[in-house]
Amino acid sequence: MPTPSKYWREIPQRFRFEAGKCTRCGHLAFPPRLVCPVCGNREFAPHKLAETGKLLTYTIVRVAPGSFEDEAPYAVGIAQLADGVKLTAQVVDCAFADLKVGMDVRLEFRKMSEDGPAGVISYGYKFVPA
Amino acid sequence: MRDVAIIGVGMAKWGELWEKSLRTVFVESALLALEDAGLDRLDSIVVGCMSSGLFVGQEHLCSLFSDYLGKNPVPAARVESACSSGGVALRQGFFEVASGMADIVLVGGVEKMTDVTGCEATYALGTAADQEYEGYHGLTFPALYAMMAVAHMHKYGTTREQMAMVAVKNHDNGSKNPLAQFPVKISVEAVLNSVLVADPLRILDCSPITDGAAAVVLCPAEMAGRFKKPPVRVAGSGQASDTIALSSRKDLCAIESTTVAARKALAMAGRKIEDIHLFEVHDCFTIAEIMVMEALGLCPPGAGGKAVEEGLTRIGGRYPVNPSGGLKAKGHPVGATGVAQAVEVVKQLRGEAGARQVKGASRGLTQNMGGTGGSSVVHVFEAM
Repeated sequence: MPTPSKYWREIPQRFRFEAGKCTRCGHLAFPPRLVCPVCGNREFAPHKLAETGKLLTYTIVRVAPGSFEDEAPYAVGIAQLADGVKLTAQVVDCAFADLKVGMDVRLEFRKMSEDGPAGVISYGYKFVPA
Repeated sequence: MRDVAIIGVGMAKWGELWEKSLRTVFVESALLALEDAGLDRLDSIVVGCMSSGLFVGQEHLCSLFSDYLGKNPVPAARVESACSSGGVALRQGFFEVASGMADIVLVGGVEKMTDVTGCEATYALGTAADQEYEGYHGLTFPALYAMMAVAHMHKYGTTREQMAMVAVKNHDNGSKNPLAQFPVKISVEAVLNSVLVADPLRILDCSPITDGAAAVVLCPAEMAGRFKKPPVRVAGSGQASDTIALSSRKDLCAIESTTVAARKALAMAGRKIEDIHLFEVHDCFTIAEIMVMEALGLCPPGAGGKAVEEGLTRIGGRYPVNPSGGLKAKGHPVGATGVAQAVEVVKQLRGEAGARQVKGASRGLTQNMGGTGGSSVVHVFEAM
């Protein structure tokens, strides 16, 4: 069982949708990082992600890795948010047949998984149709 | 820098090798390579392996393999770059010989994947993705390539049938490769009716779970004439990286690391892509081969599906791709794949490829990649 620190240290990104905005070139880094991949700057200001965006691509996972085995099939996708950030998450509250490239989605805070009856319950963001 | 040649290649039959352990799988292919070269002396060993820790619970392969090959105290180094571990191992072995640090280097690649369940294997392979921002959300490798396929179909109109044709072609070639895991022909209908793994990819779009190894022996080109078989020169080597997360790529439909690695390898060899007679590329999924064709410049971006349909990449076509059967039919023991690609090119350039021989081939190229293209390594080979 992983230690809670593995989940706790990601709380700013996963619970509060926090990204970093490069103070020199304005690049938005999600998840936050130490070095700007565009200009090499090492200073970032906090930036809260836009919560709406468009689905760029998607699939339905039918063969899942161990910890998601009971959840399959489930949809996942990559969306570009209104502020330009692209990220990957599950797409929920949407029939598989309604998934399409370009559909409007919103980021929502959701439960991700439970590590057994006594382990850490982990949370994060998922896409829902907007 | 010294010119480097391959003087021996070895690959034992791939498949679900339940009766053989990781060390046995590796040593069998390594011995075949040494016998092929007709020598027993080694200065160094480099091994490509993605995840022996997750697949069989064994690390420290450097000691294990030198020991079981009967070569202690010859030094060994393990190289990991996900599914491009083998190709990157070859590049490291090339560096050792080119630099003059070693004369005879054995480069091996190996993966023993069937000691775990399918779900555990899916997890182990998934560690090549961004675990915290892809794996955390339940993404798998088929899912990541499926998302690339959906994007490619949407942007360029690539069809489901065109992807199936990649699998059909590679199985046609693989049916002539006795060492392949699945040396059988399949039909487009069989692909389209096989079980869905991650829409639109079906099981027959995916490379299989495989146990296997491959090995090559390198030496300075000036020494290469002393051994049993016609040597093949490693004329160019290029490697490049890209973002670990697919979502961070500029274009979901392009594998830029392959384009950069190929440009470097071809420049080093002083060749253009049109000069190459055959290609062994990383068709971990059918869509991957289409995207790699475009990244290498075998066709314009977006034209890969159509080019497959028109037969560009068949044996006998302008650019034969994966005469060995590719990862799809030959199998994909991840760490072994990059080395096995070199084994196939050497056999082709020696004229030893039997029924799948590309006639008159004297120059070949290998392209091996990790993850969704987060790493790519390309080598150019020429008959001497």
